[in-house]
Amino acid sequence: MNIMSDSNAVVADNLPPAPAVAKARRFPLSVLSLIGLCIVTFWLLMAVIGPTISPYDAGQIVDADVFGGISRKLWLGSDYLGRDMLSRILFGTRYTIGLALAATLLACSVGTALALCAALAGGWIDAVMSRTLDALISIPSKMFALMMVASFGSSAELLILTAAITYMPGSYRISRALAVNVQTMEYVQAARARGEGALYITCVEMLPNMIRPVLADVGLRFVFVVLLLSGLSFLSLGVQPPDADWGSLVRENIAGLGEGAPAVIMPALAIATLTIGVNLLIDNLRGKRARKD
Amino acid sequence: MNGTVGRLIINRLGLGILTLLLVSIGVFLITNLLPGDAAQAALGQAATPETVAALRLQFGLDQPAPVRYFYWLSGLLSGNPGISLVNNVPVAQLIGGRLPSSLLLAAVTAAVSVPIALTLGITSAMYRGSLFDRVVSVGSVAMVSVPEFLVATIAVMIFAVKLRWLSALSHTGDIASIGQFLKAYAMPVLTLCCVIVAQMSRMTRAAVIDQLSSSYVEMAGLKGARPTRIVLTHALPNAIGPIANAVALSLSYLLGGVIIVESIFNYPGIASLMIDAVTTRDMPLVQACAMIFCCAYLLLVLAADVCAIVSNPRLRNR
Repeated sequence: MNIMSDSNAVVADNLPPAPAVAKARRFPLSVLSLIGLCIVTFWLLMAVIGPTISPYDAGQIVDADVFGGISRKLWLGSDYLGRDMLSRILFGTRYTIGLALAATLLACSVGTALALCAALAGGWIDAVMSRTLDALISIPSKMFALMMVASFGSSAELLILTAAITYMPGSYRISRALAVNVQTMEYVQAARARGEGALYITCVEMLPNMIRPVLADVGLRFVFVVLLLSGLSFLSLGVQPPDADWGSLVRENIAGLGEGAPAVIMPALAIATLTIGVNLLIDNLRGKRARKD
Repeated sequence: MNGTVGRLIINRLGLGILTLLLVSIGVFLITNLLPGDAAQAALGQAATPETVAALRLQFGLDQPAPVRYFYWLSGLLSGNPGISLVNNVPVAQLIGGRLPSSLLLAAVTAAVSVPIALTLGITSAMYRGSLFDRVVSVGSVAMVSVPEFLVATIAVMIFAVKLRWLSALSHTGDIASIGQFLKAYAMPVLTLCCVIVAQMSRMTRAAVIDQLSSSYVEMAGLKGARPTRIVLTHALPNAIGPIANAVALSLSYLLGGVIIVESIFNYPGIASLMIDAVTTRDMPLVQACAMIFCCAYLLLVLAADVCAIVSNPRLRNR
């Protein structure tokens, strides 16, 4: 709550006084984004402290009843071996969020760095980089991931690398478009005329002025990576047992689908809340940009 | 159709072929980067240096990578992409058995989803800002940001477990009547449609709204034309290009969705064949399936571009 209202206040300070209509419309937007922020914060917190507060150990068989329903003892039912589903999900949070976050940050930082280089260098370096990365986009993401897993086997590092390579060109495209625009601004030209170095211009003049759309893009890409990695795990080609992320939890309990067991639906719902939460949060980032314009 | 349009399309085709070539190099590189090769993999634990060497010779693995790439590429082009390492059956035969059912699934999905998506997109653009529009747009954002297997599991929960209308698996082996066909295809098609309709209706809505905000539509409104007439006779003909573009691009999402859907419903298509190949590390099969998917993807993107070029009236009278 504090973070959101503070940043709103900062934005409002820099702007001319907003008309009454804009003020009235700001409220519902921030309610939705607040919900998003709460969901995302909750899951991030669970990724850190989840295993310590979970009622049982992830591998512990606590109930003789497999695919048990929701009860007071097992809040989200039991899985195909009679393990506690809530604990399994809490332990899985770390894999789902950790892997996706690492891959997203890698993809976006490399993409943005390359984009800044391309924009600064211009000419044939820019053209070659853009064309090469465009060719990478023309392999569908799931196909690329399947080939990587087929050739190198599945490990945490490979999953991070695969997702990062898949989503890096998109991040490059967006950052390059932004960088090319920012580059024509007077303050960048003024810095050039002052004789500042390329590093100073990128880090001090350009990067801070494109950070908001880049952050919104990070959020969007995080959603894509979560969906890709849980899709892979669902095909049992992602995170390998005994570890399990939410996608693997859906797969290993798929036999309970016919009985309508909560063990199948709950991990899938966890993914859905996370991705929808991130979407709600970044919608507000984009909305702010639109209002600023 | 005139010179400019023709030239643009030929340009686009050439670029498409070049991209496909680059993609084939990419596929070959990724699947050949590992030091351990197909001969080693095929023999597994029982490999002695002599048998590995003999098999390497048989597979042509003693040759340098560029030579092997050209052999592989010419094999692909002549319809002989090698022999499966797992069961020694020609890859073409394996794929030939599975490809028609995947194409059928894709065709049925497209036939169902395109009309629904266009209706949803156009009507929500007409009544922009209404409750209907907001429900559709929130629904489609939610649908796009949710994994396909959640949609599939919820569909199974509702239609197979609670209502008992359909079975949770797709039995395509014994289809004799239309009823059985519907039963076998309802669930996979429903799941795929959810994802695609969401994408397509969003893009259609954007394309129609783009036209509705132009001045000739305002003019038609000032003349007193009814909203339905404005949309159907004024805006839609100009939005056909962007909409066709949206349809082709959204159908390319089918390629990702079909992998999950074939796996969850045990549908005997090419995507489930590829997943099996990845699990058993059957490289020739993986390569061939990957090339088919990349080809289909590039074709759809190409179709989207060509639609945009052909329907652009500004290019027509030059």
